[in-house]
Amino acid sequence: MNWLLVIVGAMAGAPLRYLTDRAVQSRHDTVFPWGTFTVNVAGSLLMGLITGAATAGAASTQTRLLLGTGLCGALTTYSTFSYETLRLAENGDRFFAAANVAVGIAAGLGAALTGAALAHAMWG
Amino acid sequence: MAEHGRAPDPVPHEPVDPDVDLHVPAQRDELRRRHAPVVAAVSLGGGIGAAARYGASLLWPTQAGTFPWTTLLVNVTGCAIIGLFMVVLTELWTAHRLVRPFFGTGVLGGFTTFSTYATDIQRLVEEGSPRTALAYLGLTAAGALAAVWAAAALTRRVLAWGQR
Repeated sequence: MNWLLVIVGAMAGAPLRYLTDRAVQSRHDTVFPWGTFTVNVAGSLLMGLITGAATAGAASTQTRLLLGTGLCGALTTYSTFSYETLRLAENGDRFFAAANVAVGIAAGLGAALTGAALAHAMWG
Repeated sequence: MAEHGRAPDPVPHEPVDPDVDLHVPAQRDELRRRHAPVVAAVSLGGGIGAAARYGASLLWPTQAGTFPWTTLLVNVTGCAIIGLFMVVLTELWTAHRLVRPFFGTGVLGGFTTFSTYATDIQRLVEEGSPRTALAYLGLTAAGALAAVWAAAALTRRVLAWGQR
């Protein structure tokens, strides 16, 4: 049952990343990979909220597996993040490569903290 | 170094975003005709990748307050595989159009995770282990970048050697 929850969550999360990435790219044609940035930040915020809720006893293990491990886990990605950084550096966009790592990690952490703080405010 | 201060891209035909890069005409159009197979391939791959990550977390569970080695290894391994995969896919193998969505976007994207990484750091700080959090933050980023760079460079070298 737990496996099924993770798989179902991920089967929604991964295409959501693909479609979000497309939607962001079609609106903003920039060098900086805003599409991957968007899903990583959004997923980290939701994950912070879910782990915070679980710690407060407001979210069940099932919810955590479905929405956290499954959905948020597959919505966000480290492989795409690091491959994009490599390609930016190879393209000669060293500044954007470094910015992608620094801004991506800082924003992801900020989002996780915000999610946890929200959970704390809502469920103590 | 070129005159305008930029080194030429050694592999200009490799996309920047391996999930989907709208600068690549074939990827821009991949939802135009029949988008259901592409979305289904990403979804199926994502389920498989996430199941593998979940399996790893059950095999090697991380205790609260300790260094999350399992997630680090999952992320670094996924980064090495995408470095190898994307080079093979662009330089060597004219794959079926669903291979990248299934394996790159789906399996590897579902296997690796950024949200767990971010919340693990936040939790370690909250639990009073800021040094472990900082080490985990830095080692994952450095390991992931080193893995994708080394895997891509090694694969390109092997392919160039094979073509001689």
